[in-house]
Amino acid sequence: MNNASNESPLDVDDEPVPAMQQILDNPFLLLFIGIAMPTVLYIVWGVMEIVGIPVAK
Amino acid sequence: MNALTPPTGVWWKQPLDRVEGTWIVIAFAWCLIMFFMMPYWHVYGKQNLSNEAYRTTPEMFQAKTQAMVDKYKVREETDQKIPVVAPPAGSDVYLIARLWSWWPMVELEEGKTYRLHLASMDWLHGFSLQPENINIQVHPGYEHVMTVTPTRAGTYSIICNEYCGINHHTMASRMYVVKAK
Amino acid sequence: MAVNRMFRTCPSTGLVYHEPAEKLIRWNAVAAVVSLLVGGILALLVTLTRWPAVHLLPPDWFYLVLTAHGLDMLVFWIIFFEIAVLYFCSSVLLRCRLAMPGMAWLGFWLMIVGALVNNVAVFRGDSSVMFTSYAPMGAHPAFYLGLILFAVGALIACFVFFGTLVVAKAERTYNGSVPLVTFGAVTAAIIAVFTIASGAIILIPTFLWSIGLVDYIDSLMYRTVWWAFGHSSQQINVAAHVSVWYAIAAVVFGAKPMSEKVSRTAFFLYICFLQLASAHHLLADPGLTSNWKIFNTSYAMYLAVLASMVHGLTVPGAIEVAQREKGFNRGLFEWLRKAPWSNPSFSAMFMSLIGFGFLGGISGVMMGTEQLNLIIHNTIYVPGHFHATVVVGTTLAFMGLTYFLIPTLFRREMMFPGMAKWQPYVFGLGMMSFSLFMMGAGTLGVPRRHWDMTFAGNALGYEFPGTAYLMMGIMAISGLAAVVGGIMYLLITVGSVFLGKKIQTPDFARVAARDGVAPKPVPQPVAVSHAGIGTAGFVAPGTFVLALVFLTAFVLYYFVNWKYLSTVWPLS
Repeated sequence: MNNASNESPLDVDDEPVPAMQQILDNPFLLLFIGIAMPTVLYIVWGVMEIVGIPVAK
Repeated sequence: MNALTPPTGVWWKQPLDRVEGTWIVIAFAWCLIMFFMMPYWHVYGKQNLSNEAYRTTPEMFQAKTQAMVDKYKVREETDQKIPVVAPPAGSDVYLIARLWSWWPMVELEEGKTYRLHLASMDWLHGFSLQPENINIQVHPGYEHVMTVTPTRAGTYSIICNEYCGINHHTMASRMYVVKAK
Repeated sequence: MAVNRMFRTCPSTGLVYHEPAEKLIRWNAVAAVVSLLVGGILALLVTLTRWPAVHLLPPDWFYLVLTAHGLDMLVFWIIFFEIAVLYFCSSVLLRCRLAMPGMAWLGFWLMIVGALVNNVAVFRGDSSVMFTSYAPMGAHPAFYLGLILFAVGALIACFVFFGTLVVAKAERTYNGSVPLVTFGAVTAAIIAVFTIASGAIILIPTFLWSIGLVDYIDSLMYRTVWWAFGHSSQQINVAAHVSVWYAIAAVVFGAKPMSEKVSRTAFFLYICFLQLASAHHLLADPGLTSNWKIFNTSYAMYLAVLASMVHGLTVPGAIEVAQREKGFNRGLFEWLRKAPWSNPSFSAMFMSLIGFGFLGGISGVMMGTEQLNLIIHNTIYVPGHFHATVVVGTTLAFMGLTYFLIPTLFRREMMFPGMAKWQPYVFGLGMMSFSLFMMGAGTLGVPRRHWDMTFAGNALGYEFPGTAYLMMGIMAISGLAAVVGGIMYLLITVGSVFLGKKIQTPDFARVAARDGVAPKPVPQPVAVSHAGIGTAGFVAPGTFVLALVFLTAFVLYYFVNWKYLSTVWPLS
């Protein structure tokens, strides 16, 4: 078990890892952001506008 | 360590190089200028695509167009006897896009403003006014209404620039702009 | 099922290949190149038809061939290659076993079957609906079914990629954060998941409509959701080829990213905002308001453009720093003059960067400006733009990567090295000129996807100015040059992979999980000192000057377009 000291890959630094670095190191959080943003801002907003188009007289 | 190897430690706190910092500031300023150009043009520019649109049906739009043709027809052109209509300034002008023609032809007066209605009877088409090079998508089921002011007299072409099947390239018509009477 | 733990280390690059990953990367790359071959033949036919003096194909064949060209290039060539890149960036760069190779093979075969079914539907002749297949124009059900199968396969591949990231973390095959190139691949994979989900939302109902189970597909709804798939699929390319730029800079120069923070934040901006640009295609459509259009088309205040401008600086900047540290420190551009211009990986990558920025990037922003779109929408300017982004940008970058992969991945010596030196120039310059003249013809109103710009025999036809014909002619001749460059690429790659001299390297051997754990990192100084290079406190002054040249071109061209717009008929 010569790897026991390898538990935390970041233990070379005692500094805490900044929040933004933790976010960028989390692919699944990024996956969520990358799907939620365009889904809400582009698809949902766009579809709502299309649904709201009035009927011609 | 390079872009193919994993960085360790707290890279987030590595100080920015002066080249990068300066460029980010310049580039971001340019991005803001480009962004605000669009709302600016809505207020101070004259070429903005209308937001006015309605849900419609081919029958309804056909009926409105027919009514306009009956009222304002001035002559017929080509072997297909396509009517040419000359509606008065300020009025509603209807233009049908269908496989594979535009109907009817319109004659407008220079410097006057019209409300142009566009809709398709079947598939998607592209209203492309040449040589002015104004290009607008035409949908079936939607009536797009915009005000338009022709500025120069002449004979213009309307071609279809949205692929609409095997005879797409034959879909062309004219728009006449005459000197104000 | 026992986990395959067979690995080999490439002696010349030090890269570690997992046996199933190596095989999957090879097969995906080969499928990509076959798609490129088919798409390339079709490209030649399209070019020769749009050359007014030649006008080769009859209309039905032209529309069929153009449909197949779009699909084989934009979807099949690029996505197969991207899957290869994803596996490379996860398994190889993280020195980790590929997660679930069985699933990866399932994904691969679904993609193959999907691509074949789709191509068969097109070549039957009743699905000439273009890449976009805008409802209510309908194709044969097999057309949509093929695309859906392909998309499911690609989605599985994306999850194999994410799974591999999890395995690498769990088995501790690396310390710290994933490499920057892998981070770029994560960006590409995230955009791919959104792309495929949007494709499913729109293509599944359209498929059901084609077999009669759904009555009606709304054309505006179709276009809105379809472009979340159609445009985002090209944003996968942007993220992927930017990663390839960083990778080639690292391989050729040993270049370090100028700052991990800046480059990763730029990729993060892609993740958040790049996909909003699907709205570029809907700026001339009725019913969507200017609020939606302006917000989305500008990627929320051009934040993704900012990201591209950052990558466009940091990639050559990193190269400049590496070159200056090697001693090419004189003047502004010695580092660039003394760059290895005869190394096809480098020349392909550098032309990809310049072409993507100057031609593709600038023209993309023009078309994506709400009002400027009016004078560009659906003209041949549009394919001019995306041939600059997808062909000069993505395809050329992938070609550059191939030259690096042939010896290390396929373990073959490259055939025709003399030809390879020239290939990126023939292809890249041909394609740049092709794009440029396409855009030129577009500003004169020449429509895209149009068989006959002469309107022969049509009493109401429009007569385009002579300049438009001249530009279409030069475009076609440039296109032929690019086709020659494409043939050179295919000869080199196919020749090397199947007939090239084998390179003898140590073969696969079992590596137990505990032996695959990365060694404890030695503490590194965080602040990197570049003392003694550059001028005026700038470590990469040459790159900065190039960036300012780019910005000047961008600003001038932007306002020239507004000036032109201000002369057309008032509309509101």
